[in-house]
Amino acid sequence: MRAMTYRGPYKLRVEEKDRPRIEHPNDAIVRVQLAAICGSDLHLYHGLMPDTRIGHTFGHEFIGVVDEIGPSVQHLQVGDRVMVPFNVFCGSCWYCARGLYSNCHNVNPNATAVGGIYGYSHTTGGYDGGQAEYVRVPFADVGPVRIPEWMHDEDAVLLTDAAATGYFGAQLGEIVEGDTVVVLGAGPVGLIAAQSSWLMGAGRVIVIDHLQERLDKARTTAHAEVWDYDEIDDVVLEMKRQTDFLGADVVIDAVGAEADGNLLMHVTGTKLKLQGGSPVALNWAIDGVRKGGTISVVGAYGPVPNMVKFGDAMNKGLTLRMNQTPVKRQWPRMFEHVRNGHLTPREVVTHRFPLEDIAEAYHVFSAKLDGCIKPLIVPSAS
Amino acid sequence: MTEQDIPSAYLRDKRTPPPSREELRARIPGWGADLDPADRPSSPKLQYPADSGAHWDFPDRQPGSAGREHSIEHAFVTPVFGTAQPLHGLSGAIRRLAYARFSEGRLAHWVLLVLGDRVDAWGSHLRSFGTLHPDDPITETGVRAELTAGGTARRGRSDRRHQVLDPVLVAGPWVAAGAGMVLGARRVARALRG
Repeated sequence: MRAMTYRGPYKLRVEEKDRPRIEHPNDAIVRVQLAAICGSDLHLYHGLMPDTRIGHTFGHEFIGVVDEIGPSVQHLQVGDRVMVPFNVFCGSCWYCARGLYSNCHNVNPNATAVGGIYGYSHTTGGYDGGQAEYVRVPFADVGPVRIPEWMHDEDAVLLTDAAATGYFGAQLGEIVEGDTVVVLGAGPVGLIAAQSSWLMGAGRVIVIDHLQERLDKARTTAHAEVWDYDEIDDVVLEMKRQTDFLGADVVIDAVGAEADGNLLMHVTGTKLKLQGGSPVALNWAIDGVRKGGTISVVGAYGPVPNMVKFGDAMNKGLTLRMNQTPVKRQWPRMFEHVRNGHLTPREVVTHRFPLEDIAEAYHVFSAKLDGCIKPLIVPSAS
Repeated sequence: MTEQDIPSAYLRDKRTPPPSREELRARIPGWGADLDPADRPSSPKLQYPADSGAHWDFPDRQPGSAGREHSIEHAFVTPVFGTAQPLHGLSGAIRRLAYARFSEGRLAHWVLLVLGDRVDAWGSHLRSFGTLHPDDPITETGVRAELTAGGTARRGRSDRRHQVLDPVLVAGPWVAAGAGMVLGARRVARALRG
């Protein structure tokens, strides 16, 4: 089969690989119809994630058709069209039993601090991902769901991570009616987080970024106030000024490891890999939220320590909430929001590339060429 | 500053109330649909027992776990695991040391894994030159997208500042390796002459 393969930082190509096989009785093999590149894939692409091995196939956002099932699979059949949460999870460990699917303890031998994720290095379990023609899906009775007839394929693929993560990020903010919510980052996750903040009763939503096409999207699709931080001398001070010197009630970090906005942090965190990513957004969140406020972190960071202003967080009495998204838990309610038009995840899609052009796709997304916000990947076998 | 100008942070309540529900509902599709935390899927954080679809208490164990590296914070290799890119060669030895010796709480664990990544990358690049499909920094970096006027890059780069160091990071090791080879060759030639 054809599959994207990692060749080192900033380098990848499409190669012939063996089609995955059933390795566990509850496995399924899914023929990928549509995949996406996530902003967090760029962390792998840029060499930020430890134990990213040469030959690894990325991709944790994908939908497809069940091509083969293991002998213990009961809930799926060959031919079913499925959407697959980015989490690999067993459904039965201590964490899964409590709904913390993203923290599953039975699927990632390489680390206890993170669960299993498709195509996201060996630090998350060593599973090849979905930017390929076929992918192995463990625990087929637990993760995948048949795509509803009414759902658009591009909504479905966005729901496997980016949209679910934005919605989850707003929930982590514990928003109450009338809150002022600041969303850092106007990528796909930030845009959905801004939309979701309104669903939860925000009275004011501000999105901060420095890429004009993303700010335009935040204004038009998320009905948010937008701030270009390149035009603001001091983002934290502006957050205070604009909130009557209180600070925001809730700040959502939808940026993570590759944050710009502070040269020292960006270079040491993102370029030189001396930190687990650049903590600019997180530090803006800590300093820009009001005392007693809540910070929601859904941007991804690496496992190496970061220069985070934890003293300020403590002294301000902040609540910091964060996790990888337990995607499947979000779906029943999100399906309602998508069906009734409150959320339309596919609005963030800007580019579609054939799998064979995936090196260009990564470069366009990474370098922010052509106003790219969300690129999709279409395998030739689909 | 008069009393009327004192900002909210110094007073009991916010001076400017948020817009009314009616106003927000008129402006924002779905405003307040999840106002009640009971409608939020991840509230409360722990929900026991979750209806996950699992029909086992402990999963069947996937064959082939013998010798599979695992975090020493795990009691054993988890019942299901990825089998992509098993450990091999020098990079594999470095990574195995990271897993076997250091917990995830130790910086050495992660530094060794990053070192293993770089050794893996350089070894793979060198090995590729002995194959019919050597690494090609032009096609593999996707940099051709910069030049496809009328194609994907027609609107240009929107994030100039963010990317300044990328060419240095990508091309730097290749330039350094080339310079090293030239210097080495000159030194060898000088030694042979002298």
